[in-house]
Amino acid sequence: MATASVATHDTAHDHHDHEHHDNFVTKYIFSTDHKMIGKQFLVTGIFWALIGGLLSVLFRLQLGFPDMNLEWLRPLLGGWITETGQLDQTFYLALVTMHGTIMVFFVLTAGLSGTFSNFLIPLQIGARDMASGFMNMLSYWFFFISSVIMFISLFIKTGPAGGGWVVYPPLSALEQAIPGSGLGMTLWLIAMTFFIASSLLGGINYITTVINLRTKGMSFSRLPLTIWAFFLTAVIGLLSFPVLFAAALLLVFDRSFGTSFYLSDIYIGGEALPNTGGSPVLYQHLFWFLGHPEVYIVLLPALGITSEVIATNSRKPIFGYKAMIISMLGITILSFIVWAHHMFVSGMNPFLGSIFMFLTLIIAIPSAVKVFNYLTTLWRGNLIFTPAMLFSIGLVSFFISGGLTGIFLGNSAIDIQLHDTYFVVAHFHLVMGSASFFGLVAGVYHWFPKMFGRMMDARLGYVHFWLTFVGVYMVFFPMHYIGIAGFPRRYYSWTGFEFSNMYTDLNMFVSVAAIITFAAQFIFLFNFFYSMYRGRKATQNPWRSNTLEWTTPIHPGHGNWPGEIPTVYRWPYDYSKPGAKEDFIPQTVPLSATPESNLPHEQELVKLELEIMKEESEALVANEAKES
Amino acid sequence: MYGFLIAVGVVLLLSIVWMVYRIQTLVSVVKGSDKKIATGSNKVNAFLFLVFLVAIGGLMFWYSIKEFHNYQLPIASEHGAVTDNLFWVTMAVTGIVFIITHILLFIFPYKYQYKEDRKASFYPENNKLEVIWTAVPAVVLAILVITGWMAWSDITAPAPEKAHVVEIMGYQFAWDIRYPGQDNVLGDYDYRLTTAINPMGIDFTDQNSVDDFPSPVVVIPKGEPVLFKIRARDVLHSVFAPHMRLKMDAVPGMPTRFWFVPTKTTAEMRAELNDPEFVYEIACTEICGRGHNSMRRVIEVVEPEEYQKWLTEQKTFLQMNPALAEGIEVEVKEVAEIQ
Repeated sequence: MATASVATHDTAHDHHDHEHHDNFVTKYIFSTDHKMIGKQFLVTGIFWALIGGLLSVLFRLQLGFPDMNLEWLRPLLGGWITETGQLDQTFYLALVTMHGTIMVFFVLTAGLSGTFSNFLIPLQIGARDMASGFMNMLSYWFFFISSVIMFISLFIKTGPAGGGWVVYPPLSALEQAIPGSGLGMTLWLIAMTFFIASSLLGGINYITTVINLRTKGMSFSRLPLTIWAFFLTAVIGLLSFPVLFAAALLLVFDRSFGTSFYLSDIYIGGEALPNTGGSPVLYQHLFWFLGHPEVYIVLLPALGITSEVIATNSRKPIFGYKAMIISMLGITILSFIVWAHHMFVSGMNPFLGSIFMFLTLIIAIPSAVKVFNYLTTLWRGNLIFTPAMLFSIGLVSFFISGGLTGIFLGNSAIDIQLHDTYFVVAHFHLVMGSASFFGLVAGVYHWFPKMFGRMMDARLGYVHFWLTFVGVYMVFFPMHYIGIAGFPRRYYSWTGFEFSNMYTDLNMFVSVAAIITFAAQFIFLFNFFYSMYRGRKATQNPWRSNTLEWTTPIHPGHGNWPGEIPTVYRWPYDYSKPGAKEDFIPQTVPLSATPESNLPHEQELVKLELEIMKEESEALVANEAKES
Repeated sequence: MYGFLIAVGVVLLLSIVWMVYRIQTLVSVVKGSDKKIATGSNKVNAFLFLVFLVAIGGLMFWYSIKEFHNYQLPIASEHGAVTDNLFWVTMAVTGIVFIITHILLFIFPYKYQYKEDRKASFYPENNKLEVIWTAVPAVVLAILVITGWMAWSDITAPAPEKAHVVEIMGYQFAWDIRYPGQDNVLGDYDYRLTTAINPMGIDFTDQNSVDDFPSPVVVIPKGEPVLFKIRARDVLHSVFAPHMRLKMDAVPGMPTRFWFVPTKTTAEMRAELNDPEFVYEIACTEICGRGHNSMRRVIEVVEPEEYQKWLTEQKTFLQMNPALAEGIEVEVKEVAEIQ
């Protein structure tokens, strides 16, 4: 370990020298610095969030105001506005599909996990960079290529993929079935292939970095919960994304090379296709083997960020640190064995449905534990409502509301009625969509000073939070009623049925709320870009936090710490420790320096710590003597 | 002109917002509040959580109660009563958790908002608490799962032998209905036999298909088990009969099924709801293309006697379209003609 620290000492000098030679391209574009790559993911993610949000506003216009003349959208949508000024029905399906794809993969996977795993892992574990900076750069650029291809697919003549974000075959395999299954679907598959490659490159890096590059003293039991969350997220992604790739590959074969993995007994467009023996349900199994873990890929980083933000701003240790880790581990493992609860009425064997119902409801337990731990962390804290803290509390609220409806949907008997209705839409938009989005925003507010050396404006943050928090509930809560009433998903209009020929007022309300909520995000955008250049200058540790990233300079260079990487002596949650002068003790403060606040078992560790420190300094002196 | 005025208005509004923003920033710098740990906004935010709890919580409850009869669809099948019961039991259980956790989540911020003279309690863990709130949800969930599982097993059990069979085939963008006729056995089909006049691809060389007949409406008897045999011809569809609490995907190449017992005739439901126009409907709930939202079929539930009478009045495929009989064996043809 002593030699390792000396080696990193040397590289720090190297980095320092190189920094002045960085030109625009190596600094901002083909950067191998994890901090810059994190920012690249963030900006791309924000771009996609705007596109995804805009698409949802377009289809909410149709759902809330079906009779509205949309002629004014013709400059934007061209031929997708019909002659009578309506949104084209096929394009409506494409909008829904692309909204889902963009939000799940490009915003909440790449934009959330990509941003914060990259930015925070080396900073919080005390590493100079990711294990492989080059792979990390590739990861971003694969994502970029994927983004470009997906973006292009929005503008082609036959429209982007339109079979729902799950792209179930045969619909997604047959061009005759829907125009979006032509070139649009091809581009979707190519883009997703690059996306999967990007995720894997990133994931391998995150895992390797967390395992191998932790600074001295940073044992797994001293990792901030953010790192635990990113680590487990990467593990989930690494094990599940390849299965999506397999599913997509077989779909490519079915589409282009005449195989019958998913196709059987099909008569379409006036002809009987030769395919026999395939099974559409096989695709669903493969897809959801990624699709369900994907929910946790999206959610776990947000929960990790929340844990960190809530503990810091409650000025209290996170309650049940170990229980939090165990529940995240539980979620990680269980997330792989619940996928078929998306398929209770797909025609699969009902016995399988029973098994998956049991497994699914087990996963509710670790989730419940996490909620109770958050609540107890708030209890008797000394709460400071930074914008990040507000968004974290909002996240916990969504996690509860959306999580509880999961108990309905995980019960196969109840799911018969609710499957593919707006109840499901309400459920996942709250628990995974909005909760993860709030985690992303909380993370930006909290780590903005570290990213750009300036503070975001807090008051704009408050306005942004309250508009968004109320807005999200106004958008998604009414969907429960619509869902219980049986309104199916992905319907262009419900007036064709008597049971659903109602709630036009409620749908209008939802649409108005959605538009206001979307508009409120521009406050954030303004705050983000304005503060980047004109925001108040940040201090080194603006939230008076314990974690390592706040020990770096205000503008950390490539290599993060100008000198030696700091050593870690304690866990990251020593807030408001009885006896301590301040209400926080950073991880770099040795136990021996805080005899007044040490707990009995820590007092015993002091002796060990002093011995190690003595050895360390001896080794350092010896090395320096050698150098000179 | 109108657009120009709006644009000017928007610009003015934005510049006012901008001015206010700059002024408040400067004021906060002058007052030095940007150096404080928590400003007056902390109190405002803490209070807003309480307001949110009362206002939005109140709104949710008011609307849920006011609209109950609207979003709660009447139940028209035996298992529907069971699953709805499960739904509302789950609603009660989760509702209690929802209310308690949210009261805590929004009261804590108010109660424990930052005060300079107070220090947060250092309370990192309590294993007893963790065990309690792992075990209690586990037990509650176990009860919910077991009741759900029992209902699910009953619903998905094989249909009684005497169940009335109805075949529903989904295609872009409609449902076709086939009845097995007097023998209650559906004839074979093969998707390769599909033609304009034989949209369901029925194999009329099969003896069982001779008495099969189509119907524009799904007519089923009240109080007797009905078995829907479901299939699809092109892409995935899903049969959804909301009042029957029935849903099952239609999968090309893999026939599926769902059986149930209707409990109220259409006429009874009309009287109950005081709506002479009421009909039971089937919709599609698996995205299937452009016309996904227009795959409507009507279900008519009638008294068993009426159903028997209706059965005898129906014309078979072969009677309706003798051209279908081309190429089938003479004996079969004779049988068909007699009927």
